[in-house]
Amino acid sequence: MPPVITTEKLSKQFGPFKAVNELTFQVEKGEIFGFLGANGAGKTTAMRMLCGLLAPSSGKASVAGFDVYTQPNQIKRKIGYMSQKFSLYGDLTVSENIRFYSGIYGMSRQQIRQKTPELLEELQLQQEAKTLVADLPLGWKQKLAFSVSIAHDPDIVFLDEPTSGVDPVTRRQFWELIYHAAEKGVTVFVTTHYMDEAEYCNRVSIMVDGVIAALDTPAHLKQQHGGESMEDVFYALARNATRKGD
Amino acid sequence: MITLDKIEKTFNKGTVTALKDISFSVEKAELFGLIGPDGAGKTTLFRILTTLLLADEGTATVNDFDVVKDYKKIRSCVGYMPGKFSLYQDLTIEENLNFFATVFGTTIKANYDLIKDIYQQIEPFKDRRAGQLSGGMKQKLGLCCALIHKPVVLFLDEPTTGVDVVSRREFWEMLKKLKGQGITILVSTPYMDEANLCDRIALLQKGQVLSIDTPAKIIQSYPDKLFAITSSDIFKSLQDTRTYPGIASVFTFGDTLHATFTGSSEKGILAFLHDKGHPDASLETITPGIEDCFIHLLKN
Repeated sequence: MPPVITTEKLSKQFGPFKAVNELTFQVEKGEIFGFLGANGAGKTTAMRMLCGLLAPSSGKASVAGFDVYTQPNQIKRKIGYMSQKFSLYGDLTVSENIRFYSGIYGMSRQQIRQKTPELLEELQLQQEAKTLVADLPLGWKQKLAFSVSIAHDPDIVFLDEPTSGVDPVTRRQFWELIYHAAEKGVTVFVTTHYMDEAEYCNRVSIMVDGVIAALDTPAHLKQQHGGESMEDVFYALARNATRKGD
Repeated sequence: MITLDKIEKTFNKGTVTALKDISFSVEKAELFGLIGPDGAGKTTLFRILTTLLLADEGTATVNDFDVVKDYKKIRSCVGYMPGKFSLYQDLTIEENLNFFATVFGTTIKANYDLIKDIYQQIEPFKDRRAGQLSGGMKQKLGLCCALIHKPVVLFLDEPTTGVDVVSRREFWEMLKKLKGQGITILVSTPYMDEANLCDRIALLQKGQVLSIDTPAKIIQSYPDKLFAITSSDIFKSLQDTRTYPGIASVFTFGDTLHATFTGSSEKGILAFLHDKGHPDASLETITPGIEDCFIHLLKN
């Protein structure tokens, strides 16, 4: 099976500044891929290129079989995206949000009618179908946002700090949703600042100053860098970063 | 230095409770942490203590001044770094710092000693506008601006949220130094691992205090015997452990599961997991962390 994401020397330059410098990596189908990095390392820029939102300066990349230069719109149909900052509309109800996003992702009315009750049941939100999303606790919002982002059965879902500010129990429930999605074959590309969550990924890459400083399974990374936890590994790699950005 | 007595706050005409019966105090030169997720009421508490919001019920003082009657005196003796970056984006680093010094009737020079260590890290960029700064630099500038009038109490609302591990560690080093200079610090964070860096902490959830004590004492008061289960397939072993008859609770913690059992039924778990296809599963007793305690308190 071909990888879901392939990049080769993927780079983005803003003026003299090399935000992303020759990234080469692959992500396999059904993999949970942790995309970590120091602030300012270039994670957001790299993610925007992979989502078809930003044209690279040089190098190659394909996502879900489509080229990031020439087929960004096909890519957008094959991916889901969710972040802490941009997720759902607070003044729409739970089922209105599902209908709205599923429509945006190109699902037909019939598909949406079929999918909505399934989704509500999976999340045990049947009682809240007509509740405004603004009135849901943050943890539920995030779980709903995730389910909505994969309702159209994308090949890959991009999660940008999905658990930021979420309580410890809900954070773990959220990761179980991620895990179930991956089991069904959805590829998960996730960023986080919680280092315990890095352990839940099949493989983790750590970006420092625009390049991938390390990429392997959490177990191998800990062995290679002599750390007890992923936090130790991250600290060892990012400590000497020259960029202190965002 | 800070006291709160039965503070209550609701929003939307009483329909949303932000803070419920909050009472605690913070001593001079103490580094006190408010630990809790979004929606716990951390920011509301900061806004009441910095006199930007009135509580519905209860009283509070900062530096012996009442937050309602003496609000002007409080404003001149505290530093506040809100969770949302709130410096002037169109002013440079130096202009922002100068502005805040002037507002408080002082100069950068007069209090330079206090901010020196932090300011030196961003000084090379002092002519850059605040809006163009990176996250880590904004955080440092925000701290400098909150310190420039030599406050006796420092309020920091989630200064490390969204910040990487390296910058977070650096930031807590700075806080330790400030505490050493006699400044009282109230700091909030959603990261449970930062709780251990505080002298005392309050664990907050949905406007209520779950526990207030030193991190060590909160950990001591964890009532159950806690075990770590290690196996190569975390999520599969999580699901299987849940079906074990003697299980009381089980949660993922990095590359292990943390579990508690009823009675002494931990004795049978390994055989059970081996049968379920986890031949490499192992079990050990562990000391809980703050996050274990928080999860335990959430359940009750």
